[in-house]
Amino acid sequence: MPDLTSPIGLIGKRAQPNLWDAVAFGLIIGLLAAVAHSAHGTVMSISAVEQGKISLSPWALPGYAMRTVMRMAAAMVASLVFTFTFAPLAAKNQRAGQILIPLLDILQSVPILGFLTFTVTGFMALFPGSVLGLEFAAIFAIFTSQAWNMAFSFYQALTTIPRDLHEAATNFQLSTWQRFWRLEVPIGMPGLVWNAMMSMSGGWFFVVAAEAITVGTHTIALPGIGSYVVTALDARDLGAVAWAIVAMALVILAYDQMLFRPLVAWADKFKFEQTASETIEDPWALKLMQRTRLMRAMLLPVETSLGYIARLRLGKPRAHKIAKLPRPLNIAFDVTWYSMIALSLCWCLWHMFSFMAQTLHPGDLLEALKLGLFTFLRVIVLIVLASIIWVPIGVWIGLRPALSRRVQSFVQFAAAFPANLLFPVAVVLIVRFHGNADIWLSPLMILGTQWYILFNIIAGASVFPGDLREASANFGIRGWRWWRKVMLPGIFPYYVTGAITASGGSWNAAIVAEVASWGTTRLHAHGLGAYIADATLHGDYQRVVLGIAVMSGFVIATNRILWRPLYAYAGRRLRFD
Amino acid sequence: MATLAPEPLLRLRDITQAYRKGGSSDLLVLDGINMNLWENQIVGLLGRSGCGKSTILRIVAGLIPPTSGNVQFRDKNVSGPVPGVAMVFQTFALFPWLTVLENVELGLEALGIAADERRQRALTAIDLIGLDGFESAYPKELSGGMRQRVGLARALVVHPDVLLMDEPFSALDVLTAETLRTDLIDLWIEGRLPIKSALMVTHNIEEAVLMCDRVIVLSPNPGRIALEIDIALTHPRNRLDPGFRKHVGDIYALMTKRQDPLSPTVEGIAGTGIGMVLPSVSTNEMAGLLEALSAPTAPARVELSDIARALQLEVDELFPIAEILQLLRFAEMEAGCIRATDGGRHFAEADTDQRKRLFAERLETHVPLIRLIRRVLDERPGHVAPLARFRSELEDYMSEEYAEETLRAVINWGRYAEILAYDEETERLSLEDPS
Repeated sequence: MPDLTSPIGLIGKRAQPNLWDAVAFGLIIGLLAAVAHSAHGTVMSISAVEQGKISLSPWALPGYAMRTVMRMAAAMVASLVFTFTFAPLAAKNQRAGQILIPLLDILQSVPILGFLTFTVTGFMALFPGSVLGLEFAAIFAIFTSQAWNMAFSFYQALTTIPRDLHEAATNFQLSTWQRFWRLEVPIGMPGLVWNAMMSMSGGWFFVVAAEAITVGTHTIALPGIGSYVVTALDARDLGAVAWAIVAMALVILAYDQMLFRPLVAWADKFKFEQTASETIEDPWALKLMQRTRLMRAMLLPVETSLGYIARLRLGKPRAHKIAKLPRPLNIAFDVTWYSMIALSLCWCLWHMFSFMAQTLHPGDLLEALKLGLFTFLRVIVLIVLASIIWVPIGVWIGLRPALSRRVQSFVQFAAAFPANLLFPVAVVLIVRFHGNADIWLSPLMILGTQWYILFNIIAGASVFPGDLREASANFGIRGWRWWRKVMLPGIFPYYVTGAITASGGSWNAAIVAEVASWGTTRLHAHGLGAYIADATLHGDYQRVVLGIAVMSGFVIATNRILWRPLYAYAGRRLRFD
Repeated sequence: MATLAPEPLLRLRDITQAYRKGGSSDLLVLDGINMNLWENQIVGLLGRSGCGKSTILRIVAGLIPPTSGNVQFRDKNVSGPVPGVAMVFQTFALFPWLTVLENVELGLEALGIAADERRQRALTAIDLIGLDGFESAYPKELSGGMRQRVGLARALVVHPDVLLMDEPFSALDVLTAETLRTDLIDLWIEGRLPIKSALMVTHNIEEAVLMCDRVIVLSPNPGRIALEIDIALTHPRNRLDPGFRKHVGDIYALMTKRQDPLSPTVEGIAGTGIGMVLPSVSTNEMAGLLEALSAPTAPARVELSDIARALQLEVDELFPIAEILQLLRFAEMEAGCIRATDGGRHFAEADTDQRKRLFAERLETHVPLIRLIRRVLDERPGHVAPLARFRSELEDYMSEEYAEETLRAVINWGRYAEILAYDEETERLSLEDPS
């Protein structure tokens, strides 16, 4: 039995660096240098950013891309911290959960892009005169696109921990801290990694939108890919837009290959299943790390100390708390608690109302509702169109395992690619052919989100039980009947998941998709997205708030009235088990 | 034979456990449990599902507090998990992201034991329980038997005074379970287990007689101690030994005994009238048992222990079937034996349509809930009623889970007998399927 405890033993025997060490070192040193270089720019004063124009030279792009990546990473760290504090609080404290979970649900439905104006003003007030405030505003925008569903997924994992593992942890006297790192975090890990990856896809969209921010009358552009594109649009430089697209693609590819593929493969071991499932091949980046010698030897102390920290006996072992029967809660406390909530809710509503009433009247609400209806129609039509196109294709791919594995990575990549980078291309075409903006701007809304439908359909079709396929072939079920009785019910739960994501994303995209400009030419569709975008541009905060409120209302209503019942139905009737 | 130390390791005093329901009535799960566990004993808690035996184990482990009464471990009140009491789970409860070695080390980590000693003790436990070579394997790579060995090693490594085992072998196949039992008993009689005594929950009568020095038989609804039996046979025990068979037969007889012939309750089925808690037994199982009982070669009266072995049924599976047959007067149980009644034989010989008719008659005569549902449906216009109406009525008598199981049983029987129809989507009962 080899001595597993001592890192010295391992170093002594096999610590000569090998080729893999060189590769890994190169990657890591390069990364460090890039981070150091980019970080230098974040403490500049704000006037420097305004004066320092964004250079359209392709050679400036790697630097810009690095800045964008840094913002992404910072937001991811913030989201993780949020997840690790918010979710346990909501899961373990009944009262907190009552408030936090519905809050999270609403926050998920609020169009983030509409809020940029407010967050920028807020953060600039916090860091007057420094570009740090703007950086924080951009990071915050990305954070809001990631944090909610990561927290949700962790919350769900926490509330569905198998009872026997709970009891084992309690029986063996794990402290609160040990329980968190040994039981709760591992069990949430697969969902967390998956959601982080999906959030990251959405995040690229927002980082691009958040870098060039208009505050009142002047635009401030943070160095990054997003502001590079905006500058290129103003300059009508299609070549620069193309360069930006290439740079973005490379960045996403790197993120995917070097961060998420290894993470997903690694998180696989935390999946709570007792049967060995088919093993997916380890991604190259993970293999690379596993093959290095010196790197691993050097990382071992880090690993050991992390393990030591996770084993610290902080907090008390749990006594009777979890299993205790729900006690009748203290009535006096309940009354106070709920009336406090009700009061603060009233105060918020009143505040919002009086703020909007300064300049708006009921007619404005009707106007916003009407425009909301237009956007709603667009979303519905687009989801239907995307479904008609992608469902058959997705099924066709999903039933071919070898193909679907390859296509799946491509689709994931397509979903991550910020569709707003492609808008200029569409805008040029519309301007060139004098298309109707109301019709031809619409597809942009679903450009980035349609992939979620395809992605989920492929996933659903690829796990469709083989015996059911054989049975339907055996009984000669073909054509439309096959779709209606066999395949569509089988993939329906997956379809609903995809469609929910796609529709939510499309609402958000409306804010940037319903208005587009090319140099001085400005395309404008009728819809709530354009309404919010215009109000933002004119600094009309009342209309921004109204627009956001109405849009949130639409999203929440569609979720409750359409998607949730469908989802529940799918979960109840159309499952294989 | 174990020598009894003067002071018990564990002392349970008047333990009751009730589930609070919305209104006034509490649902009793355990009622007045008094028992002691001394050193050098393996004690078995034997009973069927619903008798609260696992609840007792969890109260002892400090995982749930009793509603009243107290548990003392070494003369100290148990108010939470205590070091010195380690548990082995029916479902193994291994952490899938930890290797065998890491799983075994987990309990030691929690005790704050230094890395070197931790590793040493874990390897010793792994060695003892026969897991060498699997140290770096993940649980999902292991077979069920090997997984439960990890569960055992994880519990033993903390050197507990009391080892608690919650149906430790019931998730394993017959051969594997037997190997694990004998391995464990061998270690126990050789004195190599680092424990002072063990408390084991089981629903397998033979397992209890095979392993335990003392068996505590629980009666269900609410769980009470029906009897304590000392098993004085020497290890290793032989299942075919007459003394062994006598203990098994006695326990079967006890578990099927009619306590009071005039009692309105049907033995084994809790509650009376509409409040009967009905187990979800399928009509195929009933027919299967009746056919076995009325086969031409079968004796008039069959020992339950024999039929359990012949049909490979656990007590938990056999008793509910037998009791429903008894409720429907298709069979009778007495003193550990079961026999088919004339009606039962008739049913076994009938064709499908006759069976359905017979079954429908018996249901309407002997299952009050079926009568109630039929009456309500007859009275209602359109002969349709929501299931919720009956659910809320049942919940006056029993817990939500029992109400759900009872309804599920009644719906299935009613469907088979073609006297009820049920639409799952709308959750409505009706008289007949639209045809």
